[in-house]
Amino acid sequence: MVERLTRGPASVSELAEPLAMSLAAVVQHVQVLEACGVVRTEKIGRTRMCRIEPGAMTAAERWISDRRRGWEARLDRLGDILKDDPATEEAP
Amino acid sequence: MTPTTVAHDSFVIERTYDAPVDRVFRAWSDPAVKAHWFAGSPDALGAGYELDFRVGGHEVNRGGPPGGPVYTFDAQFRDIVPNQRIVSTYEMSADDVRISVSVATVEFRAVDTGTVLVLTEQGVFLDGHDTAAQREEGTRSMLNSLANALDSDA
Repeated sequence: MVERLTRGPASVSELAEPLAMSLAAVVQHVQVLEACGVVRTEKIGRTRMCRIEPGAMTAAERWISDRRRGWEARLDRLGDILKDDPATEEAP
Repeated sequence: MTPTTVAHDSFVIERTYDAPVDRVFRAWSDPAVKAHWFAGSPDALGAGYELDFRVGGHEVNRGGPPGGPVYTFDAQFRDIVPNQRIVSTYEMSADDVRISVSVATVEFRAVDTGTVLVLTEQGVFLDGHDTAAQREEGTRSMLNSLANALDSDA
């Protein structure tokens, strides 16, 4: 299925066509692939189109999530020193 | 010519601290206190930290893993309202390659239980720069989660 999508976007029924799978099973697999960030889907009219998640977006999302994790770790450390460090209790 | 790309994104993080707002704000404005929680490890490759907390002043945080690259966070303060907000712009680079440019807004609000801090980052990610190792790791973890999901699906 992923190999088919590397050749270009396809609808769910186009994906199901060459496979010995029910449409419902294909939909379920597409949902798993989407949850894992491998494919992206978009409803166009009554058709759900599937495409491979472009690599540049994945790199960007990873960078942003790294930035977020970095801030979260720092804000947790800030919480720790507000609890522990007497230096922050003194007036400047 | 190398193709260029941009990707925009933003996120918001909220924390509540059991401390009065002036004390939380001082942890951002006082270089000695901020270095405690913000600066990276002094043992990192090319490690360095400086803070000039005033509008127009810079904050620089530098460091990297053994063997490189050295990552640099270079921020400039754009707006400061004591005990209320700090707005800065910053860029991240790996060695001399700029990776991203962001606006970071930190809001402080006194509440009964202490201080609510809201950090909003809006950024632009440039040219999909990441190392082959990061890309490989990202791909591997994606494929692992895919495998796990497919296993549990079976």
